[in-house]
Order: sequence, then structure tokens, then C-alpha cells
Amino acid sequence: MNSNFSDIAVILPELLLAVMGMALLIWGAFRGNRDFHVITLTAAALMFAAAAVAIVSPTGGGFNNLFVNDAFSRFCKVVIFGAGGVSALMAVTFSSDTFRRFEMPVLMIYAATGLSIMVSAQDLMTVYLGIELSSLSAYVLAAMRRDNLRASEAGLKYFILGALSSVILLYGMSLVYGYTGGTSFEAVAAGIGGDASFGLIIGLVFLIAGLAFKISAAPFHMWTPDVYQGAPTPITAFLATASKMGAFALVIRVMMEPFADITAEWRQIVILLAIVSMVWGSLAAMWQTNIKRMMAYSSIGHMGFALVGVAAGSEAGVTGCLVYLATYVVMNLGAFALILSMKRAGRPVESITDLAGLSRNRLPMALALLVVFFSMAGIPPLAGFFGKFLVFTAAVEAGFWWLAVIGLVTSVLSAFYYIRIIKIAFFDEPTDDGEFDAADVSLRAVYGLSAVFLLLFIAFVRFVVDWASASASVFA
Amino acid sequence: MFDFLIEKAIVFLPLIAAIITGFADKRLGDRNAQLLTSGTMVLAALLSVWLFVQVGLNHKDAYVVPLFTWFASGDFAASWALRIDTLTAVMLVVVTVVSSIVHIYSAGYMADDKSIPRFQAYLSLFTFAMLMLVTADNLIQLFFGWEGVGLSSYLLIGFWYHKPSANAAAMKAFIVNRVGDFGFALGIFGAFLLTGSVAFSGETGVLEIARHVDADNPLPGILGMSFDTSIIVVTALLFMGAMGKSAQFLLHTWLPDAMEGPTPVSALIHAATMVTAGVFMVARLSPLFELAPLVLDFVTVIGALTAIFAATVGLTQFDIKRVIAYSTCSQLGYMFFAAGVGAYDAAVFHLMTHAFFKALLFLGAGSVIHAMHHEQDMRKMGGIWRKVPVTYAYMWIGSLALAGIGIPFLFGPAGFGFAGFYSKDAILEAAHAAHTLTGNFAFWAGITAAFLTAFYSGRLIFLTFHGETRADKHTFDHAHESPLVMVGPLVILAIGAVLAGGVAYPWFMEGGHHGYGDAGKHMKQATDGATFWAGSVVKDHDLIDKMHASAAWVKILPLVMAVSGLGLSAIFYLLMPNVPKQIAKTFAPIDIFFRRKWFFDEIYDFLFVRPIQSFGRFLWKAGDGSIIDRFGPNGVAGASQLLARFFSSMQTGYIYHYGFVMVAGLVAIITLFLFGSGFAGQLLSGGN
Repeated sequence: MNSNFSDIAVILPELLLAVMGMALLIWGAFRGNRDFHVITLTAAALMFAAAAVAIVSPTGGGFNNLFVNDAFSRFCKVVIFGAGGVSALMAVTFSSDTFRRFEMPVLMIYAATGLSIMVSAQDLMTVYLGIELSSLSAYVLAAMRRDNLRASEAGLKYFILGALSSVILLYGMSLVYGYTGGTSFEAVAAGIGGDASFGLIIGLVFLIAGLAFKISAAPFHMWTPDVYQGAPTPITAFLATASKMGAFALVIRVMMEPFADITAEWRQIVILLAIVSMVWGSLAAMWQTNIKRMMAYSSIGHMGFALVGVAAGSEAGVTGCLVYLATYVVMNLGAFALILSMKRAGRPVESITDLAGLSRNRLPMALALLVVFFSMAGIPPLAGFFGKFLVFTAAVEAGFWWLAVIGLVTSVLSAFYYIRIIKIAFFDEPTDDGEFDAADVSLRAVYGLSAVFLLLFIAFVRFVVDWASASASVFA
Repeated sequence: MFDFLIEKAIVFLPLIAAIITGFADKRLGDRNAQLLTSGTMVLAALLSVWLFVQVGLNHKDAYVVPLFTWFASGDFAASWALRIDTLTAVMLVVVTVVSSIVHIYSAGYMADDKSIPRFQAYLSLFTFAMLMLVTADNLIQLFFGWEGVGLSSYLLIGFWYHKPSANAAAMKAFIVNRVGDFGFALGIFGAFLLTGSVAFSGETGVLEIARHVDADNPLPGILGMSFDTSIIVVTALLFMGAMGKSAQFLLHTWLPDAMEGPTPVSALIHAATMVTAGVFMVARLSPLFELAPLVLDFVTVIGALTAIFAATVGLTQFDIKRVIAYSTCSQLGYMFFAAGVGAYDAAVFHLMTHAFFKALLFLGAGSVIHAMHHEQDMRKMGGIWRKVPVTYAYMWIGSLALAGIGIPFLFGPAGFGFAGFYSKDAILEAAHAAHTLTGNFAFWAGITAAFLTAFYSGRLIFLTFHGETRADKHTFDHAHESPLVMVGPLVILAIGAVLAGGVAYPWFMEGGHHGYGDAGKHMKQATDGATFWAGSVVKDHDLIDKMHASAAWVKILPLVMAVSGLGLSAIFYLLMPNVPKQIAKTFAPIDIFFRRKWFFDEIYDFLFVRPIQSFGRFLWKAGDGSIIDRFGPNGVAGASQLLARFFSSMQTGYIYHYGFVMVAGLVAIITLFLFGSGFAGQLLSGGN
């Protein structure tokens, strides 16, 4: 196995993060938590740099076809690193006297590296490597606040269920290997030869189930609410954005590349996951009182909507997915920046009813909240509308109009709890607890920019769709 | 973007003022709101006058100012554009001048109101919509303006929304207009089907197509009807819209109630401009209406009926504004029967003169109401002419113009007199000269109405200003002339009410074959760039010849009627105040019939309002409430709530439950594949 320069070229962003991550680790080991702020800011800067590198990194395969950098992976990496960078920025403000750990930004860098490897995978081995790197980092991140009961519980649950899903995934991979005789995507596709044996399908089901855990598609989502609520909020933001983007991109790649010839088979599983996720996500969110738990169900629902695009099994579907995920990431970053801004007398509050009277106390924040949650509900002309529109259109074009109908109905149901938040913020009487503390400038920047992006998305929607479409053309 | 700046400024200045004033509202301040809206309006009025001189007097060719494409779908295209021709220019002057005066007048009249910026914004918004209407170059934009003025009218009638009667009147105006608009919209669809276009200008425009249609070159009919039937249906539907907007007989019931709005609104919208939109529309589409003689007969009859019906009701009303409102209704009837006999020029002429003297009357009445501390009942007025001398003079000028006082044959064939004299006589001459059954009916109805008009005008003046006062002592003692900001601008209207007729008569009523030589013989539908109208309305030159040749008695009779009407009212209300009561008692049934407005409200209430209300209540309670809501939204919402609780309860927090759900899901999917040849399997693998 000769690594030559072209191998190095295709993994430039990952290399940058891996090496610099170690450097930060050493820095932290010597300086300790005193340099938390600087280390975290550096980590954020590194991720933005990695995003920039990802845009210009040369395309092509490497490492004996274990790894590929193509238009699709570039699009996904930009979103992953961008989301990771913003999450790291939010982590800066999250530190307090009782909680300040330099391992947090370093682990975020490694998690992002793992995600980045996932979206470039060309072999089931690479897939597993990427998943484990990102997951193991994520488990620790979720449990970072060891002194907090809820955080420890969340980390433990995440780890155990994650291990279970890894078992399922590995079993699926071994079945696929057994029935096709290869682990590389090329070999698997050749091994299938257009006809699916029953053993292969069982393997496929296990494989998809394992991946569904990562994107928290129902019924493999049970960890999500507990982890979202228990983890430190910047970590939740990371899990809800970068993690989801990476895992979802992997789902797309695995479905569209090795298993492209048996679309009819995997489509059934994806449709089931999509329907259950959309319904479960929409309904279970209604009675949540904790806003982070609500966001967990919201992202379950969003994954269901995005899966509709995968179910279409077409380039248009993938394009829709990518646009959906990109806007989803921006909306979630904005939402979590808003949640992080919910602080009274230095203590974070997480109850939805704490938002009452927000418009009277902090109008700019309330307006950002209005835009973000209207966009989540898919109200035109905000960004959230276009993602939904594209995936549903793709589904209709593929003949699954009834799936689009289910999507529309659940989308209406989900509008209930998004708009309820807006209603509480704008029309409910403020509580006696007083107004929120003035938010940190970086948080204001995040939710402000997010709102502006969602508001102005209609102006550059053509550009984003073209880019996503060019990325999706990899699977032509 | 910067060409045709004047035309664009005229139309869009009021819109800009309305937007700024409307949204800034209280932050702008009352004085700034008044200055902004009035200033832009006056500027628009000056520009309009300039435009009128260019187009109407200097005979600049008609032209279209394109703005942008509204929508284009297949063969169907509609643009935003400003069509500038003589008809538009006349309307622009009327609308902007009256609107400017009303804007300024409102500063005084509404001085005590709490929502001055809102009021001014509505006024400007209305003016914008009306300007959109008169400059429209296609039926769709016309409809936009049509609905826009309807909306502003609704807002302004209900301006004092805390008064239930104002809300009711606003809704009534909107709903009755809806009946007409329904017909109008169908008429537009029909015109499009018939001609394949909604545009006015151009070779393929509705008007040009209509000009080239005759018995030899008919268009294909629509919906399986022959062309003759089709054009009757289309124009009748279009006229239905005009009946609603211009408060013609059967659809007139909203206009008197609209007097609930502030008086400046009544002057601007419900006298001078919006209600004349129907007349404008018929004139604009005159080439189309000319193709349907039957509909023109109908227009004539409706106009004549309105003229006489409204005048009879006007005799018996005691609310000063309602008298003028019925008078407006009646005068609109004149305009319509003029159009019905083919004298569109006379109709628009009367529209113009009427705008001046009717706005003057309304604003004068507003001044009286202002002086009398918002008393509108003429039974509680009287004897105040010394206290409000300027207003008194204005009311006389307005009334004399309305009654059509003037001396025929003095200083030329048109005679010499107040503005209304020229236009009303032109209309009556045209009706007589038409020599048709409907024309004669209209003529005699018009003559009768002329008598009634003079009578109720006199009655209004004498009851309000003369005799022993019937006001309470406090009100009477404090009666005072209105401030300069109110009575000052009325000078312009007063000048218009005196002079507009004489000055404009040669322009509006030019034509006939004399002076055009042989070439003029077939000019009925010709366009001639060198004339005032320049083809913007159809000119019936034969009719004008006949009008010029009318017998002397036709010209003298209206004056006789007017003078005797005024004289009789002077006897009744000035000299023998007890006579009217005696007469009312003697002819009690007729008096009640007139006073109750021919029982239209009661009949409509019984025929339409109540049945529709109870039907609506049935649909609401039985249909919507107990079926759709119960099983639809409420049912779904209830089910969602139950399911949501169920799903939430699945989240127990126990890790083995979570693991169980995952494994169970996995097993379920595999089971589906194992036994998945059934319905679900087929559905999921379906598609293409």
C-alpha cells in the first residue's frame, strides 16, 4: 500500500483536523483548563479552515479506493465543519466556573473528523472507522459534565444504545460481505449484480438500522430526547447538526452507491423509517415542556422528512435532501443559540414557558426566534419551506405521492408546536422571574445570522440548489 | 424608469403618501400627516391639470405608459400600465382636484378626531385606487382599481368603527357592491372569451376589436351563443358592476347608508369620484356597449328610473347628508341614461360638473354640520344663514348648479348659466334627440326629476338656513362659521360649479357633421386625433346634430321645471311652513312610501338578507359545527393529542425499554420482508 501525494491531497481537511487536534490536546495537557477559551476559539477557527479547505480540496479517490473526495462529500464536509465550528463558538460562552474542560473542543474536532471520513467512505471498513471515531467522541462529549447526574445518565444511555447499534451495524456489514464477497462499495455493487438474495436483504436491513440509529430515525431514536436534554447545550447543537449531516450523508451514499441496483428493496425500509419518524417526531413533540427535548423530537421529525427525499431514490431526491439538511443545520444552530441565550441570573433555563413575554423584553431575540421556528415549520418564503418542497416534489415525481401527503399532514401537525413557541414568546404574559440576561455577542451573532440566512434564503435559493444538484450528480 | 415621470407621479404620489402616513401613523403626528398627504395630493392635482391641457386641449395623441408585466400565461397577458387619453385626463383632473380639496378640508373637519393620520392615509389610498382605475389600460387593472376603491370606501365608511351603525353601513356597502362586482368579474371573463384580450390599447385590444365589429364581421360567440347574444350577456354583466358601484336602481341601497362615514368622505367618494366609476367604465367601454343596443336600452331605463326614484326619496328625507346622497344617486341616473342613448360625452360632461357642485354641496353641508355641533337633522336647524354666511353662499351656488339654473340661448346656442345647466341640458337634449322609446321615457323622467331636484334643493336650503330656528338655544348660539382651512378650498369648487359648464361645453360637446365636411359623415366610430375626445369615447355625431336641431321647448322646459321647483319649495318652506305637513298628512301613503325609500331595505331584508342569514346559520351550526369541525379539525386534533400522549409515554427513561424498541423495530422490518407480499409490501415497493 503506497501512500503517495494524491492520497494525502484527498484527505487534506481530515488531516488538518487530526493533526491540529492533537496539537490542541498537547496544548491543553500543558496549560490545562485555563486556556479553555483560546483552545475552543482555535478549534472553531480550525473547523472553519477545514471547511474552506474542503471547498478547494482536490477531488478523486485515494488509499486503494477506501476513500473518495467528490462533489457530494465536499458539500457535506462544508456543512459539517461549518456546523462544528459554530457549535465550538457556542461552547466558548458555555464555560462557567464549575465547568470548563479543554477536552471538549478537541473531542469536537475528532468527532467532526470522523463524520468527514464517513461521508467520503468508499468501503464498509471506512464507514465503520468513521462512525466509531465520531461516535466514541460523541459519547464522551455527551457525558462531559461528570458531576451532573442527568449528563452522566445521558452519556451512559448514549453509549450503551450506541454499542447496540454498532453491533447491529457490524452484523449487517458481515452479512453483506458474506453475500457479495467484498467490502468495498464497488465490490458490493458488483456482488449484488442486480438481484438481491434474501441473506443480503437481511444484511441490508441490519445495516440501515445501524445507520438509522445515527440519524435518530424512529424507531431507533429512543436515545435522542434523553441525550439532547442531558448533554451540554453546545454538544447537543453539535449532535443535532454536524452529526446528523454526516450520518445522513452516509445513508445517502450507502443507499445510492453500493445498493443502487436494489433500490426497490431498500426503499421499502427507508419509507417505513420516514413515515414512523415523521409521525412520531411530530406527535411526541407536542407535549414536551423542555425545549431541548422538544428539539430532539423536532430533529427526529426532520430526519423523517429528509428520508422522503432518499426514498425517491433519484438525483432530484438527493438534491432535495442536501438542501433540506443544509437549511436544517442552519435552523438548528440558530435554535440552539437561542436556547443557550435563555439564561436568568447566570443560570440556564430550558422550559418552553420561560419564553413567555420574550417579545416585550428582548425583541431582537424574539424576532430571530420567530424566523427560526417559522422556518422549521416550513412556512414560505423562509428557507425551511424549500427543503420540504424539494423532497416532496422528488417523492411525487418518483410516484410516491401518498408519501408526500403523509409528509404534508405531519408537517402541519409539527407546525403546531413550532408556532406554539412563537405564540408563547409573543403573546403570553411575561412571568415574574424577570427577563433573560443579555446574551453573549457570539450567540447573538449566531442566531442573528441564522435568522438572516433563513429570511434571505429565497434570494440565493437558486445558487444552493444548483450546488446541491451538482453534488447529487455524483450518483447519476 | 424615469420617463413619463409626471404620469407616474400623479398615480403613485398618493400611494407613497398613504403608505408613509398609514404605517408611521401616530409617530408622524397629525400635522405632518395632513401636510404630507395634502401636499402630495395638490402636486398630483397640478400635474393632472397640466396633463389635461396637453392631452385634451393641445390634442396630444393618446398614449400608454408601461409599468411592468403583471402576469403572462399562455395567450393571456396583463400589464400594469397607465393609459393616458382625454377620458383619463378628465377623470384625473376631477379626482385629484376634488381629492386635494377634501384632503385640506379634512384638516379642519377632523380636527377633533383621534386618528387623523389613519384618516388621511385612507383618503390617499382611496385616491391611488381611483387613479389606478381611471388610468387602467386593461380590464384587470380596472378591476384592481375598482376593488381598491371599494376597499377604501369600506374603510372610510367604517372609519368611526366604534359606532355600530357605521360598521353596518360599511358592510352593507361592501356586500351590495359585491353583487355588482360578481357580475363585473363575469363580464370581464366574458369580454376575454369574446375578444381574446383584456387590454384596451392596441390593435388586439378589446376596444379596437369592438370598433371593427359589425354585422358583416361578427366575432365568434361564446359558450355556444351567437355573437349578438354573447355581446348582450357580456355588456349586461359589465353594466351590473356599474350598477353596484354607481348605486343604480336595485343596487342603490348602500349609498344613503354610506353617509355614516365622515362628511369629507361622502364628498370625495360617495359624490364626486368613486360612485362615478360606473359611468367612467361604460364610457371607457363605449365601443363594446355600442354593439349591444338592447343593453343600452336597459342602461337608459335603469338610469331614468334611478333619476326619478332617488329624487322622490330625496324630497322626504330630513338628514341633510341623506338628501344630498339621494340627489347623487339621482344625478348618476342622468349620467347613465345619457350613456344609454349614446351621448357618452354628455355623461362624462355631467360627471365632471357634478363632481364640482356635488362636492361643494357635501362639503358645505359638512360645514353646516360642523357649525351645528354634528347635528345632521334639518328639523333641528333653521335660521342660521347669518351665522354662516360663506357656507350659505356656497350652498346656494351648489344648489343652483345642481338645479341647472341658466338661461338658454343667451350668448350662443348653449345658453348661459351654472355648470349643471349645460351638462344636464345636454343630457336631456340627447335623450330627446335619440327619438327612441327608451330615450323619450328617459327624457320625461329627467324633466320630472329636474323639477324634483330643484324642489329638494330649495327645501334643503330653506329648512337649513331660513325660518325660525328649531335648534336648541345652546347649539344655535354657538353656531359659527367654519375655519378658513375648510371654507377656503371650497372657493375652487364654487368657481367650478359656476364656470366649469360654460368653459368646458365647447370641448366636451363638440362634434356633429358641421365643420367636418363630407369626411365627417361616417364619423360615428371614427377616431380623429384633432378633436377633444380623440376617440377615447364613442361619439355619435348624428345624435349631436339632432341635439343642435332640438326644438326650443326642449331647451326651455328644464329651466321652467327648475325655476318652478325652486319657487314651489320657497312657498312651502319659506312662506307657508305648515303646508308640507298638511300635504304629507293628506297623501300619507305616498309620503310614507317615499320616506321609507320605496321599502327597498325592507323588501331586500325579507327576500335576501333573512333567508341567506338563516341558511348561513344552518350551514354554520349543522354543517360546519357538528359535521366538519367535529370530525375534521377537532376530531383530528383530539386524536393527535391522544397519540401524542401515547408517544410521549413511550419515553420511559429505562434503557432496556429503549433497546427493546430498537430490536423490535428491526424484527418488524425483517418480518415485513419475510411476509411482505401483501398490500403493505406492494404499496411500499410501488412507484416507478
